[in-house]
Amino acid sequence: MGDHHHGPAKGLSRWLFTTNHKDIGTMYLWFSFAMFILGGAFAMIIRAELFQPGMQLVEPGFFNQMTTLHGLVMVFGAIMPSFVGLANWMIPMMIGAPDMALPRMNNWSFWILPPGFLMLASTLFMEGGAPAFGWTFYAPLSTTYAAPSVTFFIFAIHILGVSSIMGSINIIATVMNMRAPGMTYMKMPLFVWTWLITAFLLVAVMPVLAGAVTMMLMDIHFGTSFFSAAGGGDPVLFQHIFWFFGHPEVYIIILPAFGVVSQIIPAFSRKPLFGYASMVYATAAIAFLSFIVWAHHMYTVGMPVAGELFFMYATMLIAVPTGVKVFNWISTMWRGALSFETPMLFCIGFLVLFTIGGFTGLMLSIAPADFQYHDTYFVVAHFHYVMVAGAVFSMTAAVYYWLPKWSGRMYNENMGKIHFWVSFIGFNITFFPQHFVGLAGMPRRIPDYALQFADFNMMSSIGAFIYGASQILFLYNVIATIVSGKRVTDDRVWDGAEGLEWTVATPAPYHTFEVPPAIDPTPAHG
Amino acid sequence: MASTQTAAAGHEKYYVPESSSLAVRATIGLVMTVFGAGLLLNDMTFGDPEASTNSKWVLYIGLAFFAFTLASWFRITIKENLQGLNSAQLNHSYVLGMFWFIFSEVMFFAAFFGALFYVRQLAGPWLAGEGEGGRMNGLLWPGFEFAWPPVTTPQEAVGGVDAQAIANNGIFGTSERSMAFADAHHWYQWLPMWNTLVLLSSSFTVHVAHTALLKDQRGKFNLWLGITVGLGIFFLFLQAAEYYEAYAHFGLTLNSGIYGSTFFMLTGFHGFHVAMGMTMLLIQLIRSVKNKHFTASDHFGFEASSWYWHFVDVVWVFLFLFVYIL
Repeated sequence: MGDHHHGPAKGLSRWLFTTNHKDIGTMYLWFSFAMFILGGAFAMIIRAELFQPGMQLVEPGFFNQMTTLHGLVMVFGAIMPSFVGLANWMIPMMIGAPDMALPRMNNWSFWILPPGFLMLASTLFMEGGAPAFGWTFYAPLSTTYAAPSVTFFIFAIHILGVSSIMGSINIIATVMNMRAPGMTYMKMPLFVWTWLITAFLLVAVMPVLAGAVTMMLMDIHFGTSFFSAAGGGDPVLFQHIFWFFGHPEVYIIILPAFGVVSQIIPAFSRKPLFGYASMVYATAAIAFLSFIVWAHHMYTVGMPVAGELFFMYATMLIAVPTGVKVFNWISTMWRGALSFETPMLFCIGFLVLFTIGGFTGLMLSIAPADFQYHDTYFVVAHFHYVMVAGAVFSMTAAVYYWLPKWSGRMYNENMGKIHFWVSFIGFNITFFPQHFVGLAGMPRRIPDYALQFADFNMMSSIGAFIYGASQILFLYNVIATIVSGKRVTDDRVWDGAEGLEWTVATPAPYHTFEVPPAIDPTPAHG
Repeated sequence: MASTQTAAAGHEKYYVPESSSLAVRATIGLVMTVFGAGLLLNDMTFGDPEASTNSKWVLYIGLAFFAFTLASWFRITIKENLQGLNSAQLNHSYVLGMFWFIFSEVMFFAAFFGALFYVRQLAGPWLAGEGEGGRMNGLLWPGFEFAWPPVTTPQEAVGGVDAQAIANNGIFGTSERSMAFADAHHWYQWLPMWNTLVLLSSSFTVHVAHTALLKDQRGKFNLWLGITVGLGIFFLFLQAAEYYEAYAHFGLTLNSGIYGSTFFMLTGFHGFHVAMGMTMLLIQLIRSVKNKHFTASDHFGFEASSWYWHFVDVVWVFLFLFVYIL
């Protein structure tokens, strides 16, 4: 345990026993990509079935299992772990820390994920099939009427929750305790800020989700009546508890994406981020508001009018800090020396499409109008604009942006640009028409539809196959880069990139900042 | 290495442990535990009651393995601290970790308190025909009147499980008596009050122990910590007696509608946390008595356990107020 430097261990034990934040980040990233492919495969089955009206490929029950697992795998398996992986890789390097604050727990947070998802996926092969009640698992569909596999679903959610809570505690402890001397809070890169706030959200709401599934477990196996009116409980109670978790969860997914975009846009605009402090305050404001808007998912459930109004106005308020962010990103680009490498393209795609998703969200926030939109494809279009064009696009941008630093090799820029344009076009062909069919009344989560929706659905399916195929290109590009990409020797890979992570060697050494770096005492963000 | 990696003055080296098998071992234990629990519960609810299964062994072995791994994890952490590997900065990481872990526990209880408030303030009155949900009463649960503690379940009000208008999802019968003060025949026979006294005094005794430790008075520390552990055990004993009363004499069970659901889940999870906290304190006591661990300036294991103990105490105060008194 001296001061000698040593690299990673050899073979499998390196990955099983590692305490290194870069190794763990890498595992999170690859795991989340595997889950992205799995969840994507479920989506392809959904779109194949919806290619034409009528039942063609799968049974309705299996279709329901696919919509459920697609949502669960994408939210808990793909998007969340991908950002945790990014946090693991980048936060210590951005704040000048030698590693995460609690390295062994860090490894544990990762390693319980794969068996958790294995357990979730194994429900597909159980009697009665996998969970088929939608990723929001409303009671009594998920209690009284659920297949026995729901028990394993509940425990899988518990495991994912434990992983998220431990990961978040680690991130909070790292950011609060491991910053290099001189790295004050208001000097931290925005990605670190957004993750700190995200981690607070996770520690606050994952236990509530655990409470919800625990109540389900008790209702199913021990005869309690939390969600049965016959015993004095209420199925609507489930929705309140779920969305008390579920709405902050949406920001848990998007806030790190905001952080990524706030790192990349300044780099390719060759200007500092416009309005750094207002970005921090806007992030905190969004996080606070996320706790008092949950029932906007439940306008049609039969709430008192006062409740509808409260949640409507509170929801609309979120547009203010979000608008601050969008204007700040645009102002950052204004009169910048812009260049359009792949990470920047994905960020601009994010900016345009996320804003569309934000505006449809504003439409949905209007309680009386929501009675028309509720549970239609309009909602599906809305949240895919936020989840895919928001979170996944920014994650993709992050991979292109930092991959040269991670691997020491440059990706193929032309292939990256093709990936962006095919993704961008495929994504819009998939989800833009869903606004129209939704407004016209096509319900979500139904394997068949009325004939007048046929054309738009066929478009949607073709777009989905294009978007899906473009991810193969992405995978190929990343692997080709790692194996045989052109070597990068410059520490600051991008000429406009700012931050401590660009001051270490390329590729980033196994251990960085074992001794804290000296931080320039002048304010970094004017 | 890049040139900016010059050392900043006055910063100790942060100890990053070597590779460790603890995480993978703990994963195996945890996953076996929940997988075994899942199998066991499904056998219980959906399986053939006559068939014997091995699923409980998956659970038991998983639990034992998990507990053993956690024990060695803590042992290693303690050893590292005794070797002097922990800088002040690393110790602060543990402080932050414990603080936010307790915060997550607070939010877990918040979900169950939220359910209690929702049922008492909103769902219950609606089922009985008040406000927005009023029409439900005439259509689904005619004759149901809401009170807390409930006098009947909606199911009983309409004449039992076969008479209800919506699908059957279980049989829910009301208890004869609740745990509220109004149902206690004599104040001195009212267990919850004794439980409150016991737990509040244990919070005080653990504080006395802490004060003694800060003055390096080991004998006094051991004594008061021992008393705290004893009070914890006494609390659990009283709660067991209370549960026995509930099941055997009051007809108050998990199946007795939403009162039983909220009562047993809130007090049950609290009791589980008391057991956890008591175990943690007991381990600290053994460490102090047997190994002479802890000094006035270095006793985070004890401190973290005592925070946890104060936390379960505060939860109990809220429980006492909202479950038993109000």
